[in-house]
Amino acid sequence: MILAEVLKRFPKKKEYLIEILLEYQKQKETHHFEEHELKEIANYLNIPESRVCSVVGFYTFFSTEPRGKYIFQICRDLPCQLNDNFDLLSSIQMILGIKVGETTQDGLFTLEYTSCLGHCDKSPAIRVNDKIHGSLSLNKLKAIVAECKEKENA
Amino acid sequence: MLEMKLVSKRFGLIDPYSIDDFIANKGYQALKKALKADKLDLLDEIENSKLRGRGGAGFPVAIKIMALAKEISQPKYVICNADEGEPGNFKDRYILEKDPHSIIEGMLIAAYMTNAKTGYIYIRGEYSLQIDIMKNAIKQAREKNYLGEAILGTDFSFDLEVRSGAGSYVCGEEFALLESLEGKAGRTRVKPPFPTSRGLFNKPTLINNVETFATLPVIIDIGGKEYAKIGTASSTGTKLISISGNVLKKGVYEVPFGISMRKIINELGGGVENGRKIRMVQLGGECGPIIPEYMLDMVIDFERFEEFESKTGAGALIVIDDRFDFFEILKRISEFFTHESCGKCIPCREGNYHLLKIIDRFVNYCATEKDMNLLENTAMVLHHTSLCGLGQSAPTAIISALHYFRGTFQKRIEASLSQEDRIYAKN
Amino acid sequence: MPKIKINNLEIFADPGSTILEAAKEHNINIPTLCYYPDLHINSDCRICSVEIVGQKGLVTACSTPVKDGMDIKVNSPRALNARRTITEMILANHDAHCTTCIRNLNCELQTLADNLGIDATRYENILEPKAIDTSSYSLVRNPNRCIKCGRCIDVCQSVQSVSVLEIIGRGRESVVSPAYGKLIADVFCTYCGQCSSVCPVGAITEKDDTDEVWKALDAHSKHVIVQVAPAIRVSLGEDLGLPLGSIVTGKLISALKMLGFSKVFDTNFTADLTVIEEGHELINRISNKGVLPLITSCCPAWINFAEHEYPELIDNLSTCKSPQQMFGALAKTYYAKRENIDPKDIYVVSIMPCTAKKTEARRPEMSVNNEDPDVDTVLTTRELAKMIKQMGIDFNNLRESNFDKPDEVTSGAGAIFGASGGVMEAALRTVKEVLENKPLKILDFEQVRGTEHIRHADVEINGATYKVAIVNTLGSAREIAEQVKTGNSPYSFIEIMACPGGCVGGGGQPYGTTHAKARERMHSLYQVDRLSKIRKAHDNPAVSNLYTSFLGNPSSSIAHELLHTHYTNKR
Repeated sequence: MILAEVLKRFPKKKEYLIEILLEYQKQKETHHFEEHELKEIANYLNIPESRVCSVVGFYTFFSTEPRGKYIFQICRDLPCQLNDNFDLLSSIQMILGIKVGETTQDGLFTLEYTSCLGHCDKSPAIRVNDKIHGSLSLNKLKAIVAECKEKENA
Repeated sequence: MLEMKLVSKRFGLIDPYSIDDFIANKGYQALKKALKADKLDLLDEIENSKLRGRGGAGFPVAIKIMALAKEISQPKYVICNADEGEPGNFKDRYILEKDPHSIIEGMLIAAYMTNAKTGYIYIRGEYSLQIDIMKNAIKQAREKNYLGEAILGTDFSFDLEVRSGAGSYVCGEEFALLESLEGKAGRTRVKPPFPTSRGLFNKPTLINNVETFATLPVIIDIGGKEYAKIGTASSTGTKLISISGNVLKKGVYEVPFGISMRKIINELGGGVENGRKIRMVQLGGECGPIIPEYMLDMVIDFERFEEFESKTGAGALIVIDDRFDFFEILKRISEFFTHESCGKCIPCREGNYHLLKIIDRFVNYCATEKDMNLLENTAMVLHHTSLCGLGQSAPTAIISALHYFRGTFQKRIEASLSQEDRIYAKN
Repeated sequence: MPKIKINNLEIFADPGSTILEAAKEHNINIPTLCYYPDLHINSDCRICSVEIVGQKGLVTACSTPVKDGMDIKVNSPRALNARRTITEMILANHDAHCTTCIRNLNCELQTLADNLGIDATRYENILEPKAIDTSSYSLVRNPNRCIKCGRCIDVCQSVQSVSVLEIIGRGRESVVSPAYGKLIADVFCTYCGQCSSVCPVGAITEKDDTDEVWKALDAHSKHVIVQVAPAIRVSLGEDLGLPLGSIVTGKLISALKMLGFSKVFDTNFTADLTVIEEGHELINRISNKGVLPLITSCCPAWINFAEHEYPELIDNLSTCKSPQQMFGALAKTYYAKRENIDPKDIYVVSIMPCTAKKTEARRPEMSVNNEDPDVDTVLTTRELAKMIKQMGIDFNNLRESNFDKPDEVTSGAGAIFGASGGVMEAALRTVKEVLENKPLKILDFEQVRGTEHIRHADVEINGATYKVAIVNTLGSAREIAEQVKTGNSPYSFIEIMACPGGCVGGGGQPYGTTHAKARERMHSLYQVDRLSKIRKAHDNPAVSNLYTSFLGNPSSSIAHELLHTHYTNKR
């Protein structure tokens, strides 16, 4: 999806900056922004690039580094930690073969931390792109990763 | 029966994607009643209900609504704060995903009373599913003329948009939320002025929590005075409680105010696992106080919560059993605030990191009396001087821990000393 | 009127005033750090936290309005402890090598820590050193000294509308930075230097070129001359212990001589020359239906702004070089010839109230031999004060000296170039008298004076009425430029200066420059003008002499070659 097409769907009002960023980043396989894209958005909304950078740098959803097709976000807040019976963090690092902050060589997976996902009733929980998976066990975690890989091979 | 389902009465009974289900279950009845009523009478109902905000701070809702109603200038905005980012809180998510139209109905009633024409629901970005449900609900409401121009044949018009957050805890603070709605980084503003006089785009704005809006139709339905009979004198009505941590039945339960926490944990939450003991409970989320087991007979009530000087009133209980290291828990909480501080004011930006560093010394058995004093001093300065409510309540866990578990700190300091001795002995 | 108590003193405060304002009104000092008189209150530092008896938390004096019955304790143990604790936190994340900092003894953080009696910080030092940005000719950014008070951002965004600086990142990771973490030289900074002027610490400073000048002064082969901008004589004194607004022209010249400059010239002379050239340009454009409005070009920050933000307006800009660059060009041609010195051996220093002048001097167009810059080094008011201190000169007790020839004679018109409205007034004195061909009765064009950011006036010449505008700050320049761009400008002539109040409020002026201080300096400049024997640029015999002996006529080809320039679309 080209940026211009995303921009067309939003009014030229600066309050739409975050909505535009969210929408475009979601469309991009690498889930990140390049400088020329941020510049184009700034021009479209007639706001300084510094302001766009300020917003991108503030919200954890946004990235200026390329990320994997599937972004695994691990909640590390208290409710999840209290219900983590299988060492979620080490397990996911082992399954994906990467550490937090890294992306797999094939560009498929990125592992990140996230603040509380608001699914403490289903803790421990993780978020994979837009979807939240709760009440995790080791097997469930493996199944989630396997499903992503299957989708790619299909 | 501990539970009292007023706000949650439709949970699980209706399809959240179906407005017809909602309408068939007495949905939009309160709105219709309100549209026929005098606006001042409606305000009286809210005032009589003594409803207090359900987002945590517990500010009287009638005062805010009245302040916005008094503003003559247009545009005016009604905003629903659905940026539920406080760890341990998920009750707003339940309303969003199980009964979205109840929020729209509440916002409509507030807008009608205040002559506001535009509204926003700011939902945290992590709630993708709930955003989808809410957008669908708005679309359906618009199709049936519950939103839009000349609603249900009256001269009242109001429309609503969903806006998504993008990963920032502080955007739950009302001014940070407004900044974010304006497309900026979520750094709070200086108060005063307050949102009801200068809010979104510097225009008069009413901001309330999801549960608060969802409660308005209940009040209009049963009447303010009836509503006030529920709960306690200082805290009327019901409250959605999110229970998480080491309980058997985590979830959201609606109870009248005045019920003890022990009852909620044991009877609704199913208690802790066999053989385990509750070590402590954190109230309200990570920004709330940590209290020892013996205090659990305290009842859910704003007045009692105010003793903790924090935004405890959102109604979360994080139950922590005896398996966990006290200082590891504090460290996790400090890490959260260090990560989520917006960085605008110095005490919160710098202070949370120093708190984390000091706690870390306790975790690693190298803390001294001096560390404890510095911890306490830093926490109090943060609490007293941070710019926004979130910054002010960030050190609440530490302040309460120092209060209720001082012995634990002392013991760790002593253990640290002997650890030091061991190291010396080795050398 | 609300009756309040501050430190047990009962006072009546103005309704609507803040605690800080009420306290100041009654000479009660409440320490502040991020607060700056002309900027927004953002209340970020929390240093001015005070206790209100009966309230649990503390409130910040800068942002809290007074209320009847308030009982305020500025130095209650709780408030004092909070202030000290916050200051210690700042110091724990700050490059506090004070003695080797450009702001030593002139630093607001240092003063605060000193006043609070802080002799140690209880916190672990958590500073993570970052690279210092020395990419530009004008400004240096040292993030290790930045305390993120937000002043520079406020001035860059809300006063100048340039928005180069922003807070990037969140929480502990927040930094003040241009977009994408770029260097200053890689973004479109106008180099106005207002950020450096409001910075409370040494985080943004002018690029220090004093060593270059010391080196040149020491080189025997160099003939080092210096020019002094109009606004320096009314501001330098402040940095050397004299009262605000002191006119120190004579002492300034003596000091420069003592520093070792061979000749000391007055930029007012080339300001007079600018009036003649720009005046004729205006007359030409009016009579030949050229591009109007004509917009002044003396201010390099405005030129940078126009070239990037409003290239559509390039044809509106006066082609005249700024007085600094006219001087440079003449020094390396006319003066070199007259004094029989190889231009290569002439080293031109200018003392300017401005950081953008440093970059202007490096523009490739500003070189008559297309090789060396006409102006070799530019120093700000602050840098000159520093050199005077380094030399150990007792400035206050210096005797007064005069400028060297040929600039000995300057007019009051040149002097007021340093004030917003001054270029306009100087030009009007000449244009009106030339066009009407009869002596002006009233020389003071009061209607163009003042400090409002946008001012308009109707000027009658030969029965026709011309609309003119005077603009200061780039934020206001943007408003006016939009008008011109869309063809809705009613004006014939517009003066634009980037800094509040014009050069008297320049980014290179003494630290702590406020609108109020700039106004005082402005008054002093008008006094210089009033006391001048010659008050019209075209009456300056030295200027006439320059035309007869060297340039020929205004707008002659040699004048064009040396005194005019061109601009580039840099969007």
